Amino acid sequence: MLKVKVNDTEIEVEDGLTVLQACEQAGAEIPRFCYHEKLSIAGNCRMCLVEMEKSPKPIASCAMPVTNGMNIKTNTPIVEKARKGVMEFLLANHPLDCPVCDQGGECDLQDQSMFYGIDKSRYKENKRYVPEKYMGPLIKTQMTRCIHCTRCIRFAEEIAGIEELGAIGRGEDMQITTYLEKSMQSELSANVIDLCPVGALTSKPYVFEARPWELKKTETIDVMDAIGSNIRVDTYGWEVKRVLPRINEEINEEWISDKTRYSCDGLKKQRIDTPLVKENNIYKKLEWEKALNIIAEKIKKTLPEKIAGLTGDLTNMETLFIVKEFFEKTIKSKNLDCRAENTYVNTEDRKNYIFNTQLNKIEESDLILLIGTNPRFEGTILNLRILKAYRKNKTKIYSFGDIGELTYPYEVIENKTDIIKKIIEEKHDLSEIIKNSKKPIIILGQSVLKIKSSKYIFNELKRFLEKNDKINNDWQSLNILSNNASTVGAYDLDLINPDNSENFTLKSIKNNEFDIIFLFGQDNLKFIKKNEFIIYVGSHGDRGAELADLVLPGSAYTEQDGYFTNLEGKIQKAYKASYPPGEAKEDWSIVNELANLIKRKKLFNDKNELNESMIKYLESKKIKIAGNSIKNEFLSEEILVEDIDYYYSNVISRASTTMTQCRNEKLNLKKNGTEG
Amino acid sequence: MSLKKISKNQPDNFEFNEENKILSKKIISNYPTGRQKSAVMALLYIAQRQNNNWIPLSAMKYIANFLNISYIKVYEVATFYSMYNLAPVGKYFIQVCTTTPCMIRGAYNLVEACREKISKEEKKISSTSDCSWMEVECLGACVNAPMVQINEDYYEDLSKEKMIKILDKINKDEKIYPGSYRGRKNSEPENGRKTLIKT
Repeated sequence: MLKVKVNDTEIEVEDGLTVLQACEQAGAEIPRFCYHEKLSIAGNCRMCLVEMEKSPKPIASCAMPVTNGMNIKTNTPIVEKARKGVMEFLLANHPLDCPVCDQGGECDLQDQSMFYGIDKSRYKENKRYVPEKYMGPLIKTQMTRCIHCTRCIRFAEEIAGIEELGAIGRGEDMQITTYLEKSMQSELSANVIDLCPVGALTSKPYVFEARPWELKKTETIDVMDAIGSNIRVDTYGWEVKRVLPRINEEINEEWISDKTRYSCDGLKKQRIDTPLVKENNIYKKLEWEKALNIIAEKIKKTLPEKIAGLTGDLTNMETLFIVKEFFEKTIKSKNLDCRAENTYVNTEDRKNYIFNTQLNKIEESDLILLIGTNPRFEGTILNLRILKAYRKNKTKIYSFGDIGELTYPYEVIENKTDIIKKIIEEKHDLSEIIKNSKKPIIILGQSVLKIKSSKYIFNELKRFLEKNDKINNDWQSLNILSNNASTVGAYDLDLINPDNSENFTLKSIKNNEFDIIFLFGQDNLKFIKKNEFIIYVGSHGDRGAELADLVLPGSAYTEQDGYFTNLEGKIQKAYKASYPPGEAKEDWSIVNELANLIKRKKLFNDKNELNESMIKYLESKKIKIAGNSIKNEFLSEEILVEDIDYYYSNVISRASTTMTQCRNEKLNLKKNGTEG
Repeated sequence: MSLKKISKNQPDNFEFNEENKILSKKIISNYPTGRQKSAVMALLYIAQRQNNNWIPLSAMKYIANFLNISYIKVYEVATFYSMYNLAPVGKYFIQVCTTTPCMIRGAYNLVEACREKISKEEKKISSTSDCSWMEVECLGACVNAPMVQINEDYYEDLSKEKMIKILDKINKDEKIYPGSYRGRKNSEPENGRKTLIKT
């Protein structure tokens, strides 16, 4: 511990801090532009100048390490003058276009010039002009406004892991650009918009849409992937204008992926706003009452065994729970599943389907083994943590099969299940490497859980790790990387076939054994329809609605309160930020009304009751012993990592124009090669 | 000095010749492991010498791949330093020093000569011969002001007439000699004095 004096108050701070951090701990606010907690120190904006005893000049506090007995002053006339001087220089070439700048109202430069600047300019010369740079469909540039803090460059290099931004030229002519103005490739690129302290990098899809003070802000949870990033949804009336990250050090730190940020315009398009019924292949509008009556009558006429249901990838847990109750109590059918594919899951223990290591512990690991997964696209935020681990510990990373650029180097192992078998039987070099590693992480992706020997791989790998004490109270090394926001929640609520891990519901659907199929926001079902009556409950007119005979309009994640359990098993609540369009209703109330119509009794009186019984269910959940009717069958096969259409992975992103633009940009890049 | 303009006509490919490959590998081996990318400046200069005194984009890519760094990092370095030319400069590249000592001794007369004999604008290849000129900051030969640098050599103690003579020779592609044009050896005193004390 070091003793320092800040403005005459003595404090003790940890070793290795900078003066700026020490001042902050002492409660003295220091203006800054280039300094950012998550990035390396550049020290080039000079805004954080403070006075230090025995130093003839003011010092840049962000770059100066604290030493014992320092006497720092942040409120003296010298500091004030220094700040004014720096501010005047920064504003010398900064255009006075705040009224037409999108950053206005949330601009660091604007705020700090109000606090620390002077009220007029002595600069009579012409201001510098810098041409705009193309950085892709997400980032709008107005480089004349740039103050050269280099936060964006450091972000691309250190956090996103793709060096694609740089400063060309020097002195007054320095310009921030991508190499020959190519669009940025990183899935995290739009975070530079938040980092930019001025209006040089602003959001292209949000350009001139709204002012920050006009927006209603709702703190909620993202559902684009299973990470459960904490976000803030800004709405103007009904419309979701933008999505911004919220700081949660345990999950997303302060970054979000581009998909999380920019899928929100998909909430305005392709929406189902009224019940629809298909007659002669044409959808006709219908009243709610009639639509529900049609379903109720159909159900009454059908045997319970002939009714099946599948829930979707964006469904919240309340809806999942009421659907489960609906199937168990109202219809009395067992054919309900949350998986649209034959994914192996062992629900005996919760540890069998979550990301046990926890996101914030990934950076501690010294060995990472990726089996059948591409973390860059399946969990962008998770990939960032792996990069962090690599940068911090030089973590060795192995992957089964070449899965393309991951922003860090990794060793490719042949993508054969035989290799896994060899590792388990200790006949492969990797078995020793795993054994010798203190904190290994094995990540199983969805692709490997879909192959025939998935059960063998999962259970034997678990046994192997347990045997070698790699799964214990201190360190959990076996992880499942779920792709969808609802997956873990659905497993927690047992929305899978109870007897067996095999997806019998799906099998029977594919064999056309059912008369009625409910799709609750399920759009990934691939089967050939015969005489089934399909009911789709969801928010967007996509693949699921196309299959359906009857469509009921539901709500998207920003339009209803709902719980989501992320891939690590953390339960988080998403809050209602806007309203469902037209006649659409919240998903749970649709099911509730339907139950009321069939049994003359509602399943739950209100949402609170639903919430309470769901939480009670989760708490009282007994450990179930899954039937072992399938043996741990081993087959020699290839583990092929599914090629994920990153920007088109769910209904909301498929409806989004911005995501389409991003996707086209990527495809173009692939076609023309990365070299310009 | 404004931001350097990148040539619109770019060759498709660039590769070090055998001699430069050996040289660049030797330079890289000077750096400790993990710091190979520090060789980027030397390699850019080698590329510039090999490619007629300018660096095409393909050479930057080649160097980036050679050192296993990203394109933008090479690009940053190449645009930062004034000694790297990113557009063709011709066989003879004349850099006229116009910083204060040279300026006082008449550097702008040399600029005038260049304007008359080469091209009206800076960094534009002459229509009559394969050469171009530009104004640069101090080249560190103030004792012999005014001076110009042609390719890698210094031509010192110039005047407009002497400059025109040099340029005429360049235009005819004749051999020119570097050094002082007032008959001095290096930067010795003109009247043969050996000490500061009056004798």
